[in-house]
Amino acid sequence: MSDTLLLGAVAYDPKVVTIWAGFRSWFRDRGFDLDFVLYSQYERQVEDLLAGRIDVAWNSPLAWLRAQRLARAQGTTVRAVAMRDTDRDLTSVIVVRADSEHRTLADLRGRTVAVGAIDSPQATLLPLALLRAAGLDPDADLELLRFDVGVGLHGDHIGGERDAAQALRAGRAEAACLIDASLLLFGREGTLPAGSVRVLAETEPYDHCNLTAGPAADPALVDHFGKLLLSMSYADDTARPLLDLEGLKKWLPGRTDRYAALERAVTETNFYDPQGALGAAGYRP
Amino acid sequence: MLPAIDLEDLSLDAGGHLLIDRALAGLAPGDRLVVRGRHPALGVHLAAWCRTEGHLFDTAAETPTVIRGRADLDRWRGAQRAGRTADDVVAHADRRWGLAARGALVEPGGPALAVDWVDRDLVWADLAPRLYAQATANQWDPATAVGWAAGVSLPDSVEDAVVQVMTYLVENEQAALMIPARLLSRLHPHFREVMQLLAAQAADEARHVEIFTRRALLHRDTLGLSGAGGRASLQTLLEEPDFTLASFLLSVLGEGSFLDLLHFLHRHAPDRVTADVTRLAARDEARHVAFGVAHTAHVVRTDRAFLHRLRTAVERRHAVLADTAGLNKQVFDALVVLAAGSWTPAAISRGWQEVLRLQQAMDEGRRRRLEYIGFPPDEAAALSALHTRNFM
Repeated sequence: MSDTLLLGAVAYDPKVVTIWAGFRSWFRDRGFDLDFVLYSQYERQVEDLLAGRIDVAWNSPLAWLRAQRLARAQGTTVRAVAMRDTDRDLTSVIVVRADSEHRTLADLRGRTVAVGAIDSPQATLLPLALLRAAGLDPDADLELLRFDVGVGLHGDHIGGERDAAQALRAGRAEAACLIDASLLLFGREGTLPAGSVRVLAETEPYDHCNLTAGPAADPALVDHFGKLLLSMSYADDTARPLLDLEGLKKWLPGRTDRYAALERAVTETNFYDPQGALGAAGYRP
Repeated sequence: MLPAIDLEDLSLDAGGHLLIDRALAGLAPGDRLVVRGRHPALGVHLAAWCRTEGHLFDTAAETPTVIRGRADLDRWRGAQRAGRTADDVVAHADRRWGLAARGALVEPGGPALAVDWVDRDLVWADLAPRLYAQATANQWDPATAVGWAAGVSLPDSVEDAVVQVMTYLVENEQAALMIPARLLSRLHPHFREVMQLLAAQAADEARHVEIFTRRALLHRDTLGLSGAGGRASLQTLLEEPDFTLASFLLSVLGEGSFLDLLHFLHRHAPDRVTADVTRLAARDEARHVAFGVAHTAHVVRTDRAFLHRLRTAVERRHAVLADTAGLNKQVFDALVVLAAGSWTPAAISRGWQEVLRLQQAMDEGRRRRLEYIGFPPDEAAALSALHTRNFM
């Protein structure tokens, strides 16, 4: 078995090259042979993880769920090795304009709701699940205005959310779905000027990405990788620029108990079937 | 009771984080801060903000509560000041300080600056701050400082001489502009007074190029001649890679000699414009010479053996230029004509003597400066004699 741990990551932005090339150097400086391959979308990355072509995948929450389904179907397992501190306890919100007459989710019946890309957990799948829980069938009871930016990137590209926010502001939609961090960001940058929107509903906290070890990975190598990863310090000025780029202060152990809401949403919409096959109509990663 | 702040109606997308940061600054990692406020999205914003800042948001608390993280402290751990104060010019400037202001607290990491000179004694002169202040105080506007309208028409042969001398001056000033510009781009900005002074020097030369060109073209459409020997001489200055040697050859010897030339031209100027442009340029050049002398003397004071390198530099330049013509004939003759003032044999003889006296004055000046730097008189005389015949 090779001593190299091969990691897959999705190139949702050019900075991904800088990040993983930097992490590779950091690991190699510590005697650990890490290499990486980049994917243009998550679905192929997950398939390759399960096919044993890569050892570890830097997975979106949706990719993690698909990896689990594919693994179950193959009679094997995958493991969440680590996640960023910023991957924990996120929420998504459904917002309306501050002067909107809508007070509850039920008020949105028959209205236009702007969402992100078809495969965005935070700006589409989870908020729509929240609407379903409030008794609304997104397909029948709402006009969905979907912004399919970066399909296959599982919402990593913020463009769809920004478009949804702009549609709300411009009056083309009466509600928009965003992750909490985007709500703050759009307020600060003026896409949704401070005080211009009101939060109508918020999801329960959920977790986001994790580094998923596949069935072909050498467990000892993965453990060593995880240990080094968790030892990475924000006080280390060789690691800090990479952590800043990747958007974290600290790596934490992977935890898997906050993906339940997304799991339900995936099942309800048959985004993936129980064996992990793509099921969502119109999804072309 | 837990520390608490009240944001009132202020939201985190409108500056609320400043108040939280301020309150957290006085707390230790792990301490809790209660954040009260009336903004409806306070909880959503706070959770997202805490995540990006490396704090924890206590979802279980009744009132929004931040548990202080340590990312801000970690970022500045190991930070060092680029000099204890803004006035602390250190002996060795760290390339990793990059472009940080002297005295600033520098976060570790980031790219190191690609500069060659990081040692104070290789670039410094205690006079530099004062000279820079003087340089900024004495800036002048070529459009108004020269009485351009006073340009009287001269006899053709005198105007020819003026145009030839101006053509020569422009060529030399272009070298004198490029050299400090090159030096300053290779200097650690920690030695900022030197950097500023070199920038002012380059700007001075840019103005000199302008006024000499303008004087040359005041009554004519074309410039004079450019000799290959003169250009070869200037080229050796451009090719000198060492800061102190470049400064020594250019300012101490070259511009020092040039200063005498400018005074000579001012004295014998046939019109007011020529008198103005040479006077203004001489004022600036004196400052350039002062830095070159002060800096070279500083280096020799810290390392007496450097005299040997200075000597070698002069000898090397002399050897390189031994087979070149030096000052072109046309420039030399033009100087004689300007000093003569007319074409009678007696006047030309007087002009000739004046140019000889000019060269003598240049030699005396060089010897004086070389002695000030630390050369014994006999060596100063020998080195001065090896100086380029092109003056600069």
